[in-house]
Amino acid sequence: MKITSLLPLAFSIAAVASVVTAGEDSTLSVEGEVFVTKIAAPAHLENVDEIFSGWTYRRDETQALQMDDFENPSFVFIDQALDQFEMVEGSAGKACSSCHESAEVFSGLRASMPRVNSAGELETIPELINNCRTERMGAEKWKWSGGQMSAMLGLIGLQSRGMALNVAIDGPAASFWEKGKELYYQRVGQLDMACSSCHEDNYGNMIRADHLSQGQINGFPTYRLKNAKLNTIHGRFKGCMKNIRATPFKEGSDEFKALELYVASRANGLSVETPSVRN
Amino acid sequence: MRLTKITLAAVVALGSASFAETTAPGNIKFGENGGIELSLTSVAGDAASGRKIFMNRKKGNCLACHVNSDMAEQTFHGEVGPELDGVADRWEAAELRGILVNSKNMFEGTIMPAFYRDSGYNRILKKFDGKTILSAQEVEDLLAYVMTLKE
Ligand code: HEC
Ligand code: HEC
Repeated sequence: MKITSLLPLAFSIAAVASVVTAGEDSTLSVEGEVFVTKIAAPAHLENVDEIFSGWTYRRDETQALQMDDFENPSFVFIDQALDQFEMVEGSAGKACSSCHESAEVFSGLRASMPRVNSAGELETIPELINNCRTERMGAEKWKWSGGQMSAMLGLIGLQSRGMALNVAIDGPAASFWEKGKELYYQRVGQLDMACSSCHEDNYGNMIRADHLSQGQINGFPTYRLKNAKLNTIHGRFKGCMKNIRATPFKEGSDEFKALELYVASRANGLSVETPSVRN
Repeated sequence: MRLTKITLAAVVALGSASFAETTAPGNIKFGENGGIELSLTSVAGDAASGRKIFMNRKKGNCLACHVNSDMAEQTFHGEVGPELDGVADRWEAAELRGILVNSKNMFEGTIMPAFYRDSGYNRILKKFDGKTILSAQEVEDLLAYVMTLKE
């Protein structure tokens, strides 16, 4: 009896040792600033007591890349976005900087998005950017997960780095939030799984070579070693849906926007880590 | 050259069709406990083939979720489901067949996919629509292998 009950314990110790993650008690600091990577779950979360940043579950080497801006490959793209910010494009002869003094004016924005606007629509940062491009600059829209868009999202998100994520879920946001929640728990695809199957019921567990996190979005856009570029939130949702052999929703669709609001609300209280590094 | 290949393929297809009788997913008879007494095919399962299906990421990928000491040579064993060491001591063949075909009959709300079910999915990717994850024979091969997991 004793022997059988000890076996699983022995295994889990062995597994932890072989994976080498810094674990749930490690501290993320960048440039001397300490981030909240672990905190009591927001009151609206029913099945989870504590929330953790995805950084927690990455290997030591990957974690280290995010702890030093000179090592973090995201900054190559953020530099490109800084140039883009000054670049005149479109029929109105304007750059972003014609209307916004610098990217710093967007401090705090990333921490509170997505949000419902005065017209009652749920809006996301890519849409705000494309609005400026088409309405104010007379320029072409950028693709949702294209290089220019994800770099600009990185630059804008960086201005909120270290702030606590805090999206509104009540009032006019409530119906969008409910819809996002429904999608989060809906089983899809031939593998017949929901987001919750992996990121709520199994975070901390290995699924073959992958160490499952809570699927939080506080670090987006995130640089992935796998594809060596900045990845958007909807791009990641799409990837997870394809992995379970489901037809993904479209990037920028009402479904993914609602899901983004709901998933963001699951991270309320964690620090914005943009631009994070993941595998 | 081309012709011979086609004829060969036709013969092989005909040949297998003539002896491998398979039960379609919709015609399976589950017992009260979710088990399945009858084999899905008329060909006995091949445990060696089943072992490969178990670890193949595009087939069973059972190792994604289950530890299996018989495959210690494989580097990553998942922790999502129970360890399968000695699983054939705990379950009868009919029960294990039911678990492979559609474990949801046995374990309500489980994350484990149904490996031989071809309908009732939500937003399934087009290329998998109307298909099962494993073929009937692959399920029988896998079962033959899982039956060897005794302690
Ligand atoms: C079969 C398991 C599985 C399912 C189902 C799944 N994911 Fe994931 N997801 C993963 C894995 C594996 C990773 C990479 C490791 C990690 O961060 O968990 C990941 C990563 C993520 C990340 C990145 C986290 C970070 O820190 O960068 C987000 C966000 C995410 N998933 C959201 C979702 C959403 C939303 C759904 C549902 C539409 C979903 N996932 C469904 C397995 C899954
Ligand atoms: C995505 C995860 C996942 C995959 C993939 C998966 N399983 Fe499972 N399996 C589970 C879980 C979880 C359970 C436990 C049932 C429950 O409570 O949900 C289980 C239970 C079982 C059991 C019963 C074990 C016992 O001791 O009671 C068997 C046998 C089994 N699985 C075999 C397989 C085989 C063979 C494959 C591949 C064809 C497979 N599983 C693929 C998650 C998975």
